[in-house]
Amino acid sequence: MSEDIKKFMYVNRRAPHGTIYAWESLEVVLIGAAFDQDVSVAFFDDGVYQLLKNQDTSDIETKNFSPTYAALGDYDVTKLYVEQESLEERGLTIDDLMDLKWEDEDEDWAEKDSIRVVSRAELSSVLDQQDVIFSF
Amino acid sequence: MKFSIQVNEGPYQHQATDSAYQFTKAALEKGHEIFRVFFYHDGVNNGTKLTTPPQDDRNIVNRWSELAEKHDLDMVVCVAAAQRRGIVDEGEMQRNGKDAENIAPGFRISGLGQLIEAAVQADRLVVFGD
Repeated sequence: MSEDIKKFMYVNRRAPHGTIYAWESLEVVLIGAAFDQDVSVAFFDDGVYQLLKNQDTSDIETKNFSPTYAALGDYDVTKLYVEQESLEERGLTIDDLMDLKWEDEDEDWAEKDSIRVVSRAELSSVLDQQDVIFSF
Repeated sequence: MKFSIQVNEGPYQHQATDSAYQFTKAALEKGHEIFRVFFYHDGVNNGTKLTTPPQDDRNIVNRWSELAEKHDLDMVVCVAAAQRRGIVDEGEMQRNGKDAENIAPGFRISGLGQLIEAAVQADRLVVFGD
């Protein structure tokens, strides 16, 4: 393995259900967490629906994988960028999303928010800073 | 330049797989290195040798196999995505108690870590999909 650390961003643009992209994207994020890269995850367009709380897939008989997002903090995936405009366009606010936290070991395990709501312009500049963008 | 390629869509259904092939071939012909081609989501269906397209159409699977043989390409099919979609090699056949395998020549089944490694090692990861 190469020693250098790259900035990895996983880009999610699709609704959580209807296609498998969101679920298989999350699997990549979880596996990738073992590689000690500088990881962040972006949610925009319909991808913001992936973080909705109280998802219930029982009527469509598919796997409800949404509880898995809460585990990301334990995998040191602590930067989840959510685009403000995508939320607004869908009539959503951050209160509609899961309350995802991570514990900062440098600050006596203080609980911090994983979700960062950013503007389209801010997200654009974050994307620009990445070395690798995985698009799902 | 050293590229890694990610293919997210299935053959014939979506042009992404044709574009990925054309890009990979062109890059190799220009003297670039392809560190790995990684097949994910329905992209794993690029790796079944049971594909039988009409004779007047391109054979997407054979085309990959031929490119791999010519350039010693590393073509990896994601195991988790493959298991869901029935892409099976000898090892997976035995492990999962199946009575057949269908992996095309030049493809191998391995884990998602191979995708992450491909992104780490390459100068550019190029993703083909929607």
